[in-house]
Amino acid sequence: MKNDKKKMERRQFLSSTGKALTGLGIAAGGGSLLAQDTQEAGSEGSKSFPTDDYDWTKHRWAYGIDATKCIGCLRCVEACKAENDVVGDAQHFRTWVERYVYLEGDEKVHVDSHADEQNIAASGSESEYRFDNRYKDKKVTKAFFVPKMCNHCAHPACVQVCPVGATFRAEDGTVLIDHDYCIGCRYCVQACPYGARFFMEEKGVSDKCTWCYHRITKGLMPACVEVCPTGTRVFGDLNDTSSPVSEFIRNNPVQVLKPESGNAPMCFYIGIDKDVS
Amino acid sequence: MTEVAPFIGYVYPNETIIQWGVLIVIYPYLTGLVAGAFTVSSFYHVFGMQQFKPVARLALLTSLSVMIFVPAPLLLHLGHAERSYYSMITPHLTSAFAMFGFFAAFYTILLILEVWFVFRADNVKRAQNSTGLARIFYRAVTLWSDDVSPRARRIDAKWLLTLAIVGIPSAHGLHGYIGFVYGSLKARQWWESDLMPIIFLFSAIVSGIALLMVLYVLVSKLRRVVIDQACLKGLTYALWGFLMFTVILEGLEFANLVYKGKEGVEMIMEYVQGPLFWRYFVLQFGFGALLPVAIMGLMIAFNTRGRIFVIGATTSALLVLMNVLLMRWNVVIGGQEIAKTGKGLLTYPMPFWGHESIASASILLIIPFLLLWLLTRLFPPWVERSGKT
Repeated sequence: MKNDKKKMERRQFLSSTGKALTGLGIAAGGGSLLAQDTQEAGSEGSKSFPTDDYDWTKHRWAYGIDATKCIGCLRCVEACKAENDVVGDAQHFRTWVERYVYLEGDEKVHVDSHADEQNIAASGSESEYRFDNRYKDKKVTKAFFVPKMCNHCAHPACVQVCPVGATFRAEDGTVLIDHDYCIGCRYCVQACPYGARFFMEEKGVSDKCTWCYHRITKGLMPACVEVCPTGTRVFGDLNDTSSPVSEFIRNNPVQVLKPESGNAPMCFYIGIDKDVS
Repeated sequence: MTEVAPFIGYVYPNETIIQWGVLIVIYPYLTGLVAGAFTVSSFYHVFGMQQFKPVARLALLTSLSVMIFVPAPLLLHLGHAERSYYSMITPHLTSAFAMFGFFAAFYTILLILEVWFVFRADNVKRAQNSTGLARIFYRAVTLWSDDVSPRARRIDAKWLLTLAIVGIPSAHGLHGYIGFVYGSLKARQWWESDLMPIIFLFSAIVSGIALLMVLYVLVSKLRRVVIDQACLKGLTYALWGFLMFTVILEGLEFANLVYKGKEGVEMIMEYVQGPLFWRYFVLQFGFGALLPVAIMGLMIAFNTRGRIFVIGATTSALLVLMNVLLMRWNVVIGGQEIAKTGKGLLTYPMPFWGHESIASASILLIIPFLLLWLLTRLFPPWVERSGKT
């Protein structure tokens, strides 16, 4: 594992060095060196990478969310925190769920998440989550839940702004962070339009959802997908036309969040309303 | 340790800790002072405007003193300051931040070189006229060269001009780039503006001029020397002109944001009319910009001289220094107080103590001036003019 990580760092280093050299406009002699480096990195890529039994060039992961099925049980949020050792408070989430409620005679949508003070009070703990029953005496005309997480964008703004290349988009489409290389500037946290990133104060580095990379590279589902009792969350490989996510996208009119950002998210939604952003 | 920001409406759960605090307000403020002070020194060293001679060398020392501390707020802010050099050994070139180390290092070297050439002849003289440790110090500072022949002085002058000419785009590039750091972030409407780098640049010039006015008046009082009215008047004219330009740019930026009225503008309007009203409209625009424009405009129109002019000019300069600090605050903190959801507002809870607090920010604002004091003792920048009041 350690060796794999070294390989990954080396690959990143080669890639960023290559970009740096290109950026500086080094020609001729430098050019041949660059070509050699690229070739070396490429040949590594054609082998199994980043681990011996997982080849990231063979996969193209994507995620689907059917908001019409979400019941707001929040098992996904708790599973995620436990699986990924996320800080157990109401300020750090790799995934969260939003509740959208429309009341009779009120045009404005009411939005809250389980991290909301009232909901935390209802659960009685910052590390256990539930939605309170605040609308029980109101006339609700429409309501739905929307699970949110890192969109693992194809053009991620967070990767663009990282000054050291600690966060990167892997060949298989997941956006990852190298915690041993992150300098903790939090530019990525600012750049993410979805609020998917947070800062781990104790560790001094940024963090976010990895689609449970440690699981998916072993053929397992992300923890949130695994525990979802209603099949709201769908995950799979776009290279496999019969994967759950391929079918989800093929069989539904899907949409993404904030498409105008140009980030090209790889989380696809159905059943969300105009007020969801 | 990290305080949770109180909020209204709906904000993403991860937004409730404001990530760029007061240190990231101080960082562009200090950088702006560097660029602005360098501009003042260039008035004389590049453009040959003689009335700025009394402050030209002080401006250069000010620029250097502040520049030395520009990386400090950033380093204090980083989660892993010990890894900061990664941005120079493996810079990720699509990041605006990746260039900071290179820009800052280049510019600091340039400033040191320029200061060295400007003070070289004086230091040679000081080495010759002193004994003991002082002699060793000044000899070392001159790199053991005591050639002040007309030919050597001509070479000095050539170097100085070249450095100053390179320095102007560097200083302004450094600051324009900081505006780009914010303006290029599409996640926040409050920041995402093409005008941002230009506004940062002009407000930098304005803050540097204002700082030099305050410093010049202050040191003249402390040293009990007559304030050169032509110099102060020149600075006032420059401040007045650049300030009007800056205010108009800022006004245009705000007008653009409101007029385009993109999604989330309702929240922005609620913000500017509510929590931001005092520190944006009243303090930044009203007291920080319009009032000094009016004071300086009236003094220029009525050709005010003497003591009243000095008081008016200094007051205006102090107000402008407050204006620019508030501008940095309202951009950096303001941007984060408007939630990315477009449906909520946060309030930045600034701690009093801690590594990112009122205390650390105040120290970082004071330390450069202690260094400046030390530098003026070692390399007196004073140029006296006789006979003018």
